[in-house]
Amino acid sequence: MIDIELNGKALQVAPGSTIMDAAHQAGTYIPHFCYHKKLSIAANCRMCLVQVEKAPKPLPACATPITPGMKIFTHSELAVSAQKGVMEFLLINHPLDCPICDQGGECQLQDLAVGYGDSASKYEEEKRVVADKDLGPLVKTDMTRCINCTRCIRFTQEIAGVMELGQAFRGEHAEVMPFVEKTVDSELSGNIIDLCPVGALTSKPFRFSARTWELSRRKSISPHDSLGSNLIVQTKNDRVMRVLPRENEEINECWISDKDRYSYEALNSSSRLTSPMIKQDGVWHEVEWSVALDYVAHSLRDIAKAGAETIGGLFSPHATLEELYLGQKLLRGLGCENIDTRLRHSDFSADEKRHGLPWLGMKITELSQLDRVLVVGSFLRKDHPLVAQRLRQSAKRGAQINFLHSAGDDQFIRRSGQAVLPPSQMPSFLAQIVKAVCAQKKLPVEAIDIAGAFKDLAISTEAERIAQSLISGRSPGILLGNFAQQHPQAATLHALAFRLSELIGGKMGFLGEAANSLGAYVAKAVPQEHGLNAHSMLAKPRRAYVLLGVEPELDCAHALQALAALNQAASVVVLSSFKSQAALSYADVLLPVSPFTETSGTFINCEGRVQSFYAAVKPLAQTRPAWKVLRVLANLLNIPGFDYSSSEEVKAEALGAVKSDTSDFVTGLDNAISDLPIHLSSDFPIENVERVADVPIHFADMLARYAPALQKTKDSASPVARMNSVTLSRFGLISGGRVKVGAGDTANIASSADLSALMPVELDDHLADNVIRIAGGHASTVVVGPMFASLQVEKA
Amino acid sequence: MSPDDLIAEIKKSLLRGRGGAGFPTGLKWSFMPRSFPGDKYVVCNSDEGEPGTFKDRDLLRFDPHAVIEGMIIAGYAMGASRGYNYIHGEIFSIYERFEEALDEARAAGYLGASVCGSAFAFELFAHHGYGAYICGEETGLLESIEGKKGQPRFKPPFPASYGLYGKPTTINNTETFAAIPFILGMGGDAFLAMGKPNNGGTKLFSVSGHVNRPGNYEVPLGTPFATLLEMAGGMRGGRKLKAVIPGGSSAPVLPAAVMMETTMDYDSIAKAGSMLGSGAVIVMDESTCMVKALERLSYFYFEESCGQCTPCREGTGWLYRVVHRIEHGLGKPEDLDLLNRVTDNIMGRTICALGDAASLPVRSFIKHFKSEFEYHIEHGKCLVDPAVQSAGSGFFRAEGSL
Repeated sequence: MIDIELNGKALQVAPGSTIMDAAHQAGTYIPHFCYHKKLSIAANCRMCLVQVEKAPKPLPACATPITPGMKIFTHSELAVSAQKGVMEFLLINHPLDCPICDQGGECQLQDLAVGYGDSASKYEEEKRVVADKDLGPLVKTDMTRCINCTRCIRFTQEIAGVMELGQAFRGEHAEVMPFVEKTVDSELSGNIIDLCPVGALTSKPFRFSARTWELSRRKSISPHDSLGSNLIVQTKNDRVMRVLPRENEEINECWISDKDRYSYEALNSSSRLTSPMIKQDGVWHEVEWSVALDYVAHSLRDIAKAGAETIGGLFSPHATLEELYLGQKLLRGLGCENIDTRLRHSDFSADEKRHGLPWLGMKITELSQLDRVLVVGSFLRKDHPLVAQRLRQSAKRGAQINFLHSAGDDQFIRRSGQAVLPPSQMPSFLAQIVKAVCAQKKLPVEAIDIAGAFKDLAISTEAERIAQSLISGRSPGILLGNFAQQHPQAATLHALAFRLSELIGGKMGFLGEAANSLGAYVAKAVPQEHGLNAHSMLAKPRRAYVLLGVEPELDCAHALQALAALNQAASVVVLSSFKSQAALSYADVLLPVSPFTETSGTFINCEGRVQSFYAAVKPLAQTRPAWKVLRVLANLLNIPGFDYSSSEEVKAEALGAVKSDTSDFVTGLDNAISDLPIHLSSDFPIENVERVADVPIHFADMLARYAPALQKTKDSASPVARMNSVTLSRFGLISGGRVKVGAGDTANIASSADLSALMPVELDDHLADNVIRIAGGHASTVVVGPMFASLQVEKA
Repeated sequence: MSPDDLIAEIKKSLLRGRGGAGFPTGLKWSFMPRSFPGDKYVVCNSDEGEPGTFKDRDLLRFDPHAVIEGMIIAGYAMGASRGYNYIHGEIFSIYERFEEALDEARAAGYLGASVCGSAFAFELFAHHGYGAYICGEETGLLESIEGKKGQPRFKPPFPASYGLYGKPTTINNTETFAAIPFILGMGGDAFLAMGKPNNGGTKLFSVSGHVNRPGNYEVPLGTPFATLLEMAGGMRGGRKLKAVIPGGSSAPVLPAAVMMETTMDYDSIAKAGSMLGSGAVIVMDESTCMVKALERLSYFYFEESCGQCTPCREGTGWLYRVVHRIEHGLGKPEDLDLLNRVTDNIMGRTICALGDAASLPVRSFIKHFKSEFEYHIEHGKCLVDPAVQSAGSGFFRAEGSL
């Protein structure tokens, strides 16, 4: 520790600290604009100039390292005159249009001008005007207000990982701008709004809709990815106006993804389901709740009488713990065991082999401590933007990040090794790594390879390289992404990854697919013993379905099959916040239930952290919290044990013994898997064209799908068929042309004539040969069929 | 000669940096961590962009090998195996000439994996900018070589520990490198003896303005200004000397009386209240309107500020606009105080020295020629008769034909 003096008080600070760090430690505020604790030091705003004894000039606190015996004065005459001088400069060209600026009331420049600015300007010349830039549908610019602190520039480079903004021109003409004709397309772009200390970057959807001081602030939790980002939901007149990050160093730090930030627009959209509806003779009628619930109770009771196993419950992994718990309790009360939330999965064979609940395998903060990482099957940046961000920072500190996947999308993370293979070859590649590690460590591979599948496995150079990387670290980790979990050989990948983690003495974890993927296991919203899983429920059509927050045609592994199953069902009960067109055709009753902002609830994130939240606003129109709807429905069905008076009671029962009062985390988390014979061969003939289906970030869940601004981003562009140049030439296709694709197995679904999707073609050389990448989760690709399949490809 | 002996010899010569700051070269070289493993760099700053300065281009035009030799020696002394010469973008023919000289040096075995057959390897590259003044600031120059926008870095860390591509780097001016071969050939004492104590050697002075023979003059440091003026052919048209900027446009202006008593070396000029700087001597005669001269200078700094840090980005424009207003008859009595206050808020508060460079002329012009500014403000016109001004501005007018 270094002894210094700050404003006359003795202080001990860690070596390597700056004056700003020391001031922070002492609780002394030094005014600043360009400094941000998560960004590199720029020292360009000069607002943090302070006096240091023996220094002839005031020094910037953010960039000046502490030296032993340093005497710092942050509020001396010299310091304050320097700070005031800088403030004067910042204001001379600033438009001072606070009354019409969205930043007004939460503006660092405005705040500091109160303390350091003069009441009138001495500057009488013409002010600078800077042309606004088009950064896309999310961020609005007012560049005349820009003070060139470059926080946004540094954010795109350092946190988002790719330079999308820069400062062009010189001197007074300097302007922050994107590249010519380009927008800012990062999935984290909204954070530059929070970072901007002035009103140069503001939220486009929120623009001019409220003043910040009119807004009420409510704590909440993101319902999207499995991180459980902490949010502040800002409301006015019972309407969500804006969503901002709530800082939590252990989870989202001070960032949130654009999906977390802008999905609120869906809450106020015209697609909301606002009243219970029943379909009679093909015509939809808005009805009272009591009528709708009676209808549902009767219909479920009748079907259950004929056999409760003919009911299927498909619940969203974005639903709250309370909703999922009551949903499964209700169906089980009817005698139905067919309940699942893992709608995009296609391999459930790990279910009986799993030792505990699948989780991240570590705390989120521990992700940052891994020095060797293998990410298996993940569109990391789009599926888990902030996990990608953490690994990006680790890579900068020297961690080696390796990828095994079916698409080579740039994660903007410095890569150590990468293998891009067709989905069917991923298990054998992972096995190669296992084999290579065994060879390196002189361990018998037979212990893992009980089926003898590794015997003839040749180890490729890249597998060897990744193996070398993994065993060279002190803290290795293997992460299975959404793609790996949805893979037809997910259990094999799981088993291999787990064995590998044991071999290298590292951690192994699942990057959960949704906000409550883990919570769904806790809530028992997964089949047990005789129940059918999500796949079987649709492959063997049921007479009735209960859908909770789900659009199966977009949320399921096999969209076409899901649609067919729903269309043939006698009854489909939909509990949803949105009125989807597809539901209007297959459902017979729609119950409007609250989205996360209109109900209290709980999510359990991928690290097992239990995070509860309250409703931020009142339920819209006739909408009611789903847990209440399910409670009343159970009462109508005379199912015992539904006498809850609050969601807390539901939560307490749902958590039961898995969580103690003293911990925020659930117990019973374990990624270990019993020995299962590993079969590396796949059903796909190698020359077939395999589909790689990503779920684009803003198609992944219902809230994002109905959010207008998110749907205008580049990430939401209509899906195209992407192939590498080898595959393209094999079929005589050209980028920009069109292709006809259809699922291989068309036997049991409708006529094959309907199955051919006509799609635009795009070259993507980040794919393996004989792979066609077509996004799932989108209405236009429903006809393509399963997310993992061998496809028929034909030039259109 | 061992690298340590070599640096000791340079120290003995009291060679001071010729780029403007006058920092002792030997001392600077001794800051380089010789034992640092990996790449180290020697960089020559030929980004000569300051108004009035035109010495480095002549050096590179007429004796590029002196610079190359100096850089090789520097590389040997500091354990660097790579050098860059960053040449101002507006003197492109000089860049081409330097590349030719490099080819010659390579062909002669002075550069490459084995310099003069020794175990010492040194490769030297020319790199040209595009004319931004700020790239003459050493860390802005490094950024520019790295392919980034030429913006100075915050110091510390200094280039000796974190320079080009993050490696230890020493940057010297062209003229500094050109002086090295002499020092090693003739000895540090011989070099020192040519100048005066603490101001070793000769120096190139770029004399411009109202003299009969503007050009570069190499004289021993300590030569009286009057002698230098005489060498430059004396005042054009026999007019009276009014003021001199002795060290490039960022040095404070000095009135004639002070200059005529001063000798041209670092210490004397500093004592007189200015800086020797890069040795660009801008001579102004009685036909010069000092307000107009300052307006031109302020415009230069306004245009050349990199825009990175607040005081310089905002302040240089403010200075220029106020001076412009005074020059055009719209000045106010409080403007002179305002100008001084704005310079107070710029100086010492910026990342690099450009802020100071923009402020010093303003302060010195107002200090020494306040009456001219006041006259402008009060009367809305020049104190110097426009007819005299226009007579003085005739650049190609034959001598004595006023």
